[in-house]
Amino acid sequence: MIGLLKKHRYFRDHDLKSSYDVVIIGAGAHGLATAYYLAKRHGIKKIAVLDRSYMGAGASGRNTTIIRSNYLTPEGARFYEASVKLYESLSQDLNFNMLFSQHGHLTLAHSDRSVNTMMERAEVNRLVGVDSRVVYPDEIKDLCPQLDISDHPTFPILAALYHPPGGVIRHDAVVWGYGKEADKMGVEIHQYTDVTGINVENGKVTGVDTNRGTIHCDTVISCVAGWSTLVCDLVGVPLPLTTHILQACVTEPVKPLLDKIIVSGTLHIYISQSDRGEFVMGSEIEPYSGYSNTSTFRFIEDLAMHMIELLPMLGHAKILRQWTGYCDVSPDYSPIMGLTEVEGFIIDAGWGTYGFKASPIVGFTIADLIGTGKTPELIQPFRWARFYENDLVSERGAAAVSH
Amino acid sequence: MSFILSCPNCGPRAVDEYAYGGEVTERARTSGDERALFHYLYFRTNTGGDQREWWFHSSGCREWFQAERNTTRNEVLQVARPGELAPSREPAGG
Ligand SMILES: Cc1cc2nc3c(=O)[nH]c(=O)nc-3n(C[C@H](O)[C@H](O)[C@H](O)COP(=O)(O)OP(=O)(O)OC[C@H]3O[C@@H](n4cnc5c(N)ncnc54)[C@H](O)[C@@H]3O)c2cc1C
Ligand SMILES: [Zn+2]
Repeated sequence: MIGLLKKHRYFRDHDLKSSYDVVIIGAGAHGLATAYYLAKRHGIKKIAVLDRSYMGAGASGRNTTIIRSNYLTPEGARFYEASVKLYESLSQDLNFNMLFSQHGHLTLAHSDRSVNTMMERAEVNRLVGVDSRVVYPDEIKDLCPQLDISDHPTFPILAALYHPPGGVIRHDAVVWGYGKEADKMGVEIHQYTDVTGINVENGKVTGVDTNRGTIHCDTVISCVAGWSTLVCDLVGVPLPLTTHILQACVTEPVKPLLDKIIVSGTLHIYISQSDRGEFVMGSEIEPYSGYSNTSTFRFIEDLAMHMIELLPMLGHAKILRQWTGYCDVSPDYSPIMGLTEVEGFIIDAGWGTYGFKASPIVGFTIADLIGTGKTPELIQPFRWARFYENDLVSERGAAAVSH
Repeated sequence: MSFILSCPNCGPRAVDEYAYGGEVTERARTSGDERALFHYLYFRTNTGGDQREWWFHSSGCREWFQAERNTTRNEVLQVARPGELAPSREPAGG
């Protein structure tokens, strides 16, 4: 009993050394997963993961934890599917229960146009082996009796894209799990270590400046999501991103009554019930860019209005808390991953409102890029240079609803 | 409402009355430089600080105007008709 109550630290503190093989900026799920796979698969052990705040302080500790792979482009669907597969064995791999529950995901269509988009997504999904299909109100009623499928609401439900493997996970556990196992292999996690400069000589990275001193290294990976433009400014790499805040909220916990994840693009809302019984709800990014993490009442008002139309039973639920996080939105709703024009500076950005589900495959592929020197095929479509080649990967139809 | 923005025509209103038009960018030249064109199309400054930006008063007079806003504090510093913003208080990069 006493043992159970003891506080656990999942990683050790270290003095900052003057040099490392690889420096990773950002101790979110992406940075820690990258460190883990670099150490595990490529034997690189002199790795420092630096964070200006605490581990998981960014969007990794603020997201609504939805994991799915029913994207619109073959490039996207393939990539996210590989991530879902890694998530399926992650609790075993990291010896940490992540409470991953794949209880199914429904994206509702309330207009002919969105029914068409769902059909297109279902076709693409089938082609690349993602389990997803279009279902109609009778079947929707079976899958999720809580939904109002009558023609009573302003926007009645016409169909839905059903994605059985879609699920939710305990996001903090993903961060801690990767951190704990990376630490075991010798990776150093340095909290409260702010990167204030990136040093480059003759077009090559030579190190980083921090509030705790200068570090020499040949490879720097930026895994800072919403802060990406600010970090890339330090090294002169331009980015096609704007940072917006995204808000979310939870209700008081109640007994289990909703086992599907419900998303509506038309109503701009999504909801799931956590294992603790809280309804976790979200909506769209704030339309203007910025770095001010201030929640708004307007968000709760709009969200509640639409949510009650969809799930009338939620009328009596009380909001427990609300919060915000940064999202780095790209022009095509796809990420930006890999090499830049500065040798040794690798980016992992453009994660908008959908990057948590990609954490394992990001770590896996970025580690492969560094370990082998070759860009893995899976992330080739997401290269930084695509914006100068006008070769975009438009996920607008599958990612514009934030999760 | 999350902050108040003043339309040069209509005065102070909740930000929800407006549509955001993004940061003010310099129009690309009609030269043959593709890279410059794509840079103009896609790349953004995304400042954490004072930013000049476009707004459209969609639920009001339906006119476009410009504002200077501090993006970390969400504080509106000035608004003006297009092209009429006063020089920034701090020099760029300050
Ligand atoms: C409300 C909300 C809901 C979301 N819902 C979902 C969802 O349901 N499903 C999904 O897949 N995605 C979702 N997302 C998106 C997802 O959370 C992010 O894309 C993802 O977590 C990004 O992870 P990351 O590790 O790249 O970055 P982060 O977790 O943001 O970590 C970046 C870290 O970098 C650090 N940092 C920044 N600058 C510096 C510096 N100069 N020096 C040192 N450290 C620095 C920060 O302190 C931070 O800890 C949501 C996001 C939000 C905000
Ligand atoms: Zn007006």
